[in-house]
Amino acid sequence: MNSVIPVLDPASPQAEAIHNLFLLVLLISAVIFAIVAGLILIAISRGRQRQTLPEQDFGSEKSEIFWMIGPVIIVIWLVAISANLIITLNAIPQADPDGKTDINEIDLIVTGHQWWWEVKYPKSGVITANEIYIPADKTKKFRVKVTSADVIHCFWVPQLGRKIDAIPGRDNYIWLQASEPGSYQGRCSEYCGAQHAWMNFKVYAVTDAEFDQWVASEQLANKQPKLLSPLANSGKQFFFQATCPQCHTIYGTPAEATIGPDLTHFAHRKEIGAGVIENTPENLALWLKDPQALKPGCKMPDFKLSDEHLKQLVAYLETLK
Amino acid sequence: MTTGSIEQSERTSLEPPVTSTLLLDWVSTLDHKRIGIMYILTAMFYLAIGGFEALLMRIQLSMPNNTFLSPEMFNQLFTMHGTTMVFLVGMPVLTGFANYFVPLMVGARDVAFPRLNAFGFWMLFFGGLLLHFSFLTGSAPNAGWFSYVPLSSKAYSSLQGVDYWIIGLLIMGVGSVSGAINIFATIICLRAPGMSLQRVPLFVWMMLMQSILIILALPALNSALAMLLIDRWLGSAFFDPTRGGSAVLWQHYFWIFGHPEVYILILPAFGMISEVIPVFSRKPIYGYTFVAASSVAIVLLGYGVWAHHMFAVGLGMYADIFFAVGSLLIAIPTGIKVFNWTATLWGGEIKFNTSMHFAIAFLLQFVIGGLTGIMFAAVPIDWQLTDTYFVVAHFHYVLIGGTVFALFSAAYFWFPKMSGRMLSERWGILHFWLWVLGFNMTFMVQHFLGMMGMPRRVYTYADNPGWALLNGISSLGAVFMAIGTLVFLWNIGTSLLRGKIAGDNPWDAFTLEWATTSPPPPENFTVIPEIKSRRPVWDLNHPENADWKIEKTPVDRGIRPNLPKLAAWAFIASEAVFFLLLLIAYVVFNTRSGEGVTSSVLDVTRTGIFSLFLISSSVTFWIAERFLRAGKQSAFVLTLGLTILLGITFLAGQAWEYTGLLTNNITINTNLFSATFFTVTGFHGIHVTAGVIALFVMLMMGIKGNLTADKSHVFGAVGVYWHFVDVVWLAVFGIIYLGLLQ
Repeated sequence: MNSVIPVLDPASPQAEAIHNLFLLVLLISAVIFAIVAGLILIAISRGRQRQTLPEQDFGSEKSEIFWMIGPVIIVIWLVAISANLIITLNAIPQADPDGKTDINEIDLIVTGHQWWWEVKYPKSGVITANEIYIPADKTKKFRVKVTSADVIHCFWVPQLGRKIDAIPGRDNYIWLQASEPGSYQGRCSEYCGAQHAWMNFKVYAVTDAEFDQWVASEQLANKQPKLLSPLANSGKQFFFQATCPQCHTIYGTPAEATIGPDLTHFAHRKEIGAGVIENTPENLALWLKDPQALKPGCKMPDFKLSDEHLKQLVAYLETLK
Repeated sequence: MTTGSIEQSERTSLEPPVTSTLLLDWVSTLDHKRIGIMYILTAMFYLAIGGFEALLMRIQLSMPNNTFLSPEMFNQLFTMHGTTMVFLVGMPVLTGFANYFVPLMVGARDVAFPRLNAFGFWMLFFGGLLLHFSFLTGSAPNAGWFSYVPLSSKAYSSLQGVDYWIIGLLIMGVGSVSGAINIFATIICLRAPGMSLQRVPLFVWMMLMQSILIILALPALNSALAMLLIDRWLGSAFFDPTRGGSAVLWQHYFWIFGHPEVYILILPAFGMISEVIPVFSRKPIYGYTFVAASSVAIVLLGYGVWAHHMFAVGLGMYADIFFAVGSLLIAIPTGIKVFNWTATLWGGEIKFNTSMHFAIAFLLQFVIGGLTGIMFAAVPIDWQLTDTYFVVAHFHYVLIGGTVFALFSAAYFWFPKMSGRMLSERWGILHFWLWVLGFNMTFMVQHFLGMMGMPRRVYTYADNPGWALLNGISSLGAVFMAIGTLVFLWNIGTSLLRGKIAGDNPWDAFTLEWATTSPPPPENFTVIPEIKSRRPVWDLNHPENADWKIEKTPVDRGIRPNLPKLAAWAFIASEAVFFLLLLIAYVVFNTRSGEGVTSSVLDVTRTGIFSLFLISSSVTFWIAERFLRAGKQSAFVLTLGLTILLGITFLAGQAWEYTGLLTNNITINTNLFSATFFTVTGFHGIHVTAGVIALFVMLMMGIKGNLTADKSHVFGAVGVYWHFVDVVWLAVFGIIYLGLLQ
């Protein structure tokens, strides 16, 4: 179950630190606002009664300075706590300060595409899209490299901590961590074109055992050729006759393009189209029928598939586990 | 001279000689008051367009998974909404008020350069038309008002929308800079006798600060726009990461302009509030010097905080801390202002009319917008909430809750002066409540939407718990604001026809605009009151309580710099920023363009020799100027002719160099070196060409005997520009040819 107000419902030490700072600043702001608003309202209610010319007061340096003491202290204090948190949360970036970052030190590579997220686990070789599995662990942090294949996107999971831009030609690094098991909604937070609104993803924090199991099920090496039903088999044939392999990869087949999401384990995924709809056979048929109807402007064209081909394709894609 | 009466004979004739129709009258006018009104009307027209765009977006967002607008349409609408509101509503309406009131408030008959003033307005007018013409091509700009690359590059925005956006903004930018130079020169040079710079009304002071911001910030946008246009049209790769360019550089350049732009939009609002609150509290502004000085601090800090728009980029912790400190520091001068406005109210005799209603709402709402601003300056909070609806709420609290409410306050305050009639208070209060209610409904809930995870600029959203309700409230609030605006227009219309006659000074206000009739005559004043304090009209009407008896202010020492030269300096300051940013782009890219041609293909010796021609032209210019002042006309013409020849020789050298490069297939789109080289030297060449043309005009005037010793300051103003072009070349030569700074 996703949180209703995720920014106020942190689920990682990082998000919690930001949350605490936010509440603190909110409190100070409320106090400042109450003082200013109170003084203004008093001045007005009194001033409206007054009928005589008031004293022509041009101000005094002493009172200016006196009233500035409070704000100056608050600003200095805010600088201190923000800087402290910046240093703590930023004490990550390149694991290797020389910039010779070892690929093995990266747990996860997230690449933004118009309009979906490519997710790679370099250590296990797992490749998926729009969903990220991590072990829920208070001590274990995932080191994530965030980049982009086209325009600028922004990787943001409010309950798990800071957002970071995904910028082409540039590698950014953050820690990803969840204290408790659960699913955490993520969204693209930088305007990136027509379908910026549907560039969602989910982070699933699971137990260590579940995580290992998930990795095993997703590993490409474990991909076994399956016996396909006749319907699925004709779907497979159609997949390769049609233009599908020009954009998608299915491991162990001639489909190796990386323009669209990797479909090797498509049937495992919970959502289609970066959050547009749930991944059910009915919805998949709906999507394939006309992706432009569900996600106007997305890169997958409307192929005007016949109902026959639709059925076959759905049957085939549902075998990709 | 203490009391100035303006002689009929002194009056320069700026009105067109033949006035045939009302329309021609307005279109050809050079009167600052009419141009000011045209600015305001233009802004109101575009406010209707930008507001309509906002309403369409709010309809689309009023319920989840709505299909009222296509994503493409929605993206065009928010891009045009932002661009329109910033460049075609915010800036023009403030420039309009400045145009109308700055000359009146400093006791001048017109602005410094009436023709430049009209030019600036028409550039804005036609730039805005051109921008909106894009709708007719079927693709309005759709990359957001800050058009981040690579989204705005040809590869991802192949239609013409972004091109219209770039050209429209460049044209409006030229208009804004010329308008700002004009206001700057008016305040510095045309103040009435007795009005020292420390005695100007705070609105005038804020406009002085704003004009400095425009002069120095707009060129940053122009250089970025020029580079993006060259990328899009000529195939260079300044911003293309796949060819070595940088997507982040655009953000730096845009926000070096974009953050000062926020102060460009809010400082004049501070000025308006600083006029309204004292008048309706029957007191002088509390702590004038603190209000004025804190604005200087804001201008200075304003240039050092641009990257706080980029905390999510991952600039590294040192940059983050640096920009956090700068941004948090701005809270102090801003806090000083809020304190002073509150202290002005304190103990005052409050006239709680419509203008004052809007001023008080401004104070409270601006404080909210300022406090959420502090939240974003505390970087980790920004890492959560930037690019969400929280930030949408934040800047609308500043720009609507702040600037727009201040503008309404100023409108009710100054309408009597501009029209001679009072606005209706009854309609005014209705207008006020509709806006307060509507504005806070629309934007207060957006804070929560941000915390709930709603990113900005999404055309729709899933039916997440609570989102539909809050978005519905937000959309409903927009309707209230729309109705409130209609009430305001109705109020203006009916008041113009049968509003109460205002008289010269209906508010018993303090500053010089109230010392003339309402509306003022074309020459503004028949008699300018004696100026011995910051409130000359108060002194006039309350001699027993005159300010100068109580408070000492710096006396006017009568320093009024030469107008053309001052304008030339302001212009080259603007140009210097433009070239500085192009040169920075060269340095940045030259260190990273690893392959292909480099500066080693350049013939340093040959260009060095041609550079000497350009440098010596500065010397001959200097000599020519001395001949002119000494009245030696023929020697002047001769040395000026030599100057032109030297300039042309330099241009010939540049043409030779370009030909060599082009025949070797080195063009602007070859690599990053060639792109920056041709951009920097090309823009410099254009400036030399413009300088040669200006010198040629001077030469012709000299030959015909129209340029003589008494007009040598005009020639000197051209000289400021010509020497500047040479200095820029020295920097270009040092960096590109000699490899300094690399």
